[in-house]
Amino acid sequence: MKKVIIIGYGPAGISAAIYLKRAGIDPLVIGKDLGALEGYADLIENYYGFSEPIEGKKLIEQGIEQAKRLKIEVLHDSVISLKPGETGFTVVTTKHKYQAHSVLLSTGKTRTTLNIPGFIKYRGKGISLCATCDGYFYRKKKLAIIGCGAYMLHELEYLNRLTSDITVFTHGNDLDSDLEYPIIKDQILSFKGTDKVTHIETTQGLYPIDGVFIALGVPSSIDFASQLGVIVEKNSLVVDENYQTNVEGLFAAGDIIGGKLQIAKAVYDGMEAADAIYQYLKDKT
Amino acid sequence: MVIVLTKENFDQEVLKSHLPVLVDFWATWCGPCQRVHPILESLSEEVRGLAKICKLDVDAEYEIADDFGILSIPTIVAFKDGKVINSMIGVQSKETLKKMLGL
Repeated sequence: MKKVIIIGYGPAGISAAIYLKRAGIDPLVIGKDLGALEGYADLIENYYGFSEPIEGKKLIEQGIEQAKRLKIEVLHDSVISLKPGETGFTVVTTKHKYQAHSVLLSTGKTRTTLNIPGFIKYRGKGISLCATCDGYFYRKKKLAIIGCGAYMLHELEYLNRLTSDITVFTHGNDLDSDLEYPIIKDQILSFKGTDKVTHIETTQGLYPIDGVFIALGVPSSIDFASQLGVIVEKNSLVVDENYQTNVEGLFAAGDIIGGKLQIAKAVYDGMEAADAIYQYLKDKT
Repeated sequence: MVIVLTKENFDQEVLKSHLPVLVDFWATWCGPCQRVHPILESLSEEVRGLAKICKLDVDAEYEIADDFGILSIPTIVAFKDGKVINSMIGVQSKETLKKMLGL
């Protein structure tokens, strides 16, 4: 059982990890990519302490190295599920499963939206982003799941309990595992329907379906938030003055809570969130 | 107080209400739905006399959920003079819910 798992190793996550470590708490930091600064074309010139401009990617990499030097456990992996556990949270990555008393979401805000005609129109009308929220409406129905990786397999495992009639749509991607379900690898062109979705149109034709579940790539913080019941407003997670969401023990910091999309602000968030998490863990024990 | 809706009282409490009404479509098996309840309890105290706050279990009252095409929960729907004026999917803050009711 971990005291705290930090998801995301950008400025907010690493800063929180450093302050927690200093307070005597060993966090586990899990990150999958370098976030918004990975492909940032310009050099960073406005952050304190660098006499010469620095590449965004390099700054983030150095932050991760700094954490490792301070003996903070940093894991390069993708979180595919975050659920409430008996006394805290269960965090599932592509390779591991952990329990934690508290979680800090500091994943940044890059989000893959599905740019397919009909997606917005039928969201909530047959298209769902959360199997555990909406799966029950589709018991014994004809379902499609869109995805190709560990996240899709995780959602598929859940849907499989509700119906056996599931078709996997990879939307042009390869599938890296064998499945006993029909698999359609063609690009999806549109979602069609009446007052709710009835068909998926691909380059090869029309497929009738009753419901569509989206599990492309890896889940974003907004996906985790929706599945846990965190209040989301204007695509940001809502936190209180202690950086805690409306879900007890779940904290958030950095770009994902909105405000200025700046490194200085993310570092500040991380520091404050670390204090709040320290206090939260102390009050619990 | 949050009013529990059924087939028997839906017309009276929602469609014939003189006050704006908020209806939370939820189910016992839906994790995020459980986070809506404390927000509704607190909201119902705040808007007492100005609006009605209700919840409807989509399993127990599936006919009504079907009528409104609910396929994703939590879905929160605001009614005024018997008509739907706003609808949102997912957990919302008290401030957003008040805006949905026009308060």
